[in-house]
Amino acid sequence: MYSKGFKPLSVATVVAVATALALIFFYAPLDADQGFVQKIFYVHVPMAMVSLGGFVAGGLMAIRHLRSGDPSWDVRSYVAIHLSIILGVGVLVTGSIWARASWGHWWVWDEPVLVSFLIVFLLYCVYYPLRFSIEDPERQARYSSVFAITAGAFVPLNFLAVRLAQAYTHPRVLSQTGGNLPGEMRPTFLVSLVAMTLLFVTLWKLELTSKHASAQLKSLRRKLAAREPAAV
Amino acid sequence: MIRAARAILAKDLRLELRTKESVPAMTLFTLTVYVLFHFGLDRNSLDGSLAAGVLWVTLLLAAVVGVARLFAAEREQGGIEGLLLAPVDLTALFVAKAAALFLFLCAVELVALPAFALLLLGPDLLDPLPELLPVLLLANLGVAAVGALVAALATATRAPELIVTLLLLPLLVPVLIASAQATEPLVRSDPSADELGRWLGVLTLYDVVFVLLSVAVFDFLLED
Amino acid sequence: MPALPLDEAGKYVVGAYVVFFTLVVVYVAILGSKIARIDRELEELNELVEEDR
Repeated sequence: MYSKGFKPLSVATVVAVATALALIFFYAPLDADQGFVQKIFYVHVPMAMVSLGGFVAGGLMAIRHLRSGDPSWDVRSYVAIHLSIILGVGVLVTGSIWARASWGHWWVWDEPVLVSFLIVFLLYCVYYPLRFSIEDPERQARYSSVFAITAGAFVPLNFLAVRLAQAYTHPRVLSQTGGNLPGEMRPTFLVSLVAMTLLFVTLWKLELTSKHASAQLKSLRRKLAAREPAAV
Repeated sequence: MIRAARAILAKDLRLELRTKESVPAMTLFTLTVYVLFHFGLDRNSLDGSLAAGVLWVTLLLAAVVGVARLFAAEREQGGIEGLLLAPVDLTALFVAKAAALFLFLCAVELVALPAFALLLLGPDLLDPLPELLPVLLLANLGVAAVGALVAALATATRAPELIVTLLLLPLLVPVLIASAQATEPLVRSDPSADELGRWLGVLTLYDVVFVLLSVAVFDFLLED
Repeated sequence: MPALPLDEAGKYVVGAYVVFFTLVVVYVAILGSKIARIDRELEELNELVEEDR
């Protein structure tokens, strides 16, 4: 069910990642101000964007779940959020490394993206204790979905508020994304973004397949036990 | 729905007046934190961004105290299950709880603001009061809506107070940012109302999003 | 702060990419061990079914 189209997807991911790496290190020029350190952007920013996209997608899947009552949407939502949290760790660590390389500090409050991310990350970390401290599985799924939707709505609001607060104290430095990327940097960035997205979707499908297999296994066990209670 | 909400609200307010659990605790907490800040910052008087920050962080922490207790009565009496069986519109329950929290916050602020002006604030508080009022009301509304939602979410877990604390504070960061930024120019030594409109706008956006969201989603929390 | 010289900058850049890849590899490894467990249990079940036949 989840493994449909997996092979072409993973092939596409490998190709995209390899292409991105090649472009990053052999094609994109050195940044005038930051030099080689700027190369961190190509991994840090796509991770951030995909992670945020994953959180929002998790919220949308949660809406599907509440609307349809189909628990498989809750599982999809959970895995998307779970993956995004892991990517979030990566965003914070690579962001910190970049801050250290550029400013000499392991953390800077000047970067609205990084700061917003920290807040979002702290919020989503509560997903696990919330989810796993509810025993009834149906309730667990429903409450997780409510959280996913609330947190998903929170993400854009939070970014707005943090960005507005920063705009008056410090100019934005890290956000050379989107609009102001010069020349060859732009396609490099776009390919990196595509590669990160494909990677996310591949891993998402992978984990879903694993969870599904595990659930099938449990159900098989139960059926066998019902047939021959002594054996299993 | 309004009648049901009003009935639940009346019950909660009567309960609070009788037991005096939430509002006095929140108020006392606020005053204590002011004292902590005095010693922690080693300052006799604050103004500008420091004052705004201390004021709002304290209010939000007090809100957490209030939210943690919001469904406590229902939890202790096994009441949540009873409420579910009763033919009560769940939206009414949400509106009532959020309204109760809103009123509690207003009550706390009636004491907390003068106390802040007395204990910690350098500049005069009466002057910027009319500008401060919409900030307070909009912030309270946002906190009330999100607080009621988080309280309900936490009720089903094994450690509700813990979950409330962890969940509520990040969610309230935009409220903190907007409120503190709006308040900061008002409590400077030479007060002005810089960008008040912008931050009121942010608060309004936050309130609209979360009130609508909470109302839409609350049903799914308590149905069984 | 002026741009770091290439050798120093290189350490940070490599560090960042290493972090990224480590996350991915560790994730896949954990998933892999989960799948291995599923595989083992399926084998057990298979044997059980064989026995009772």
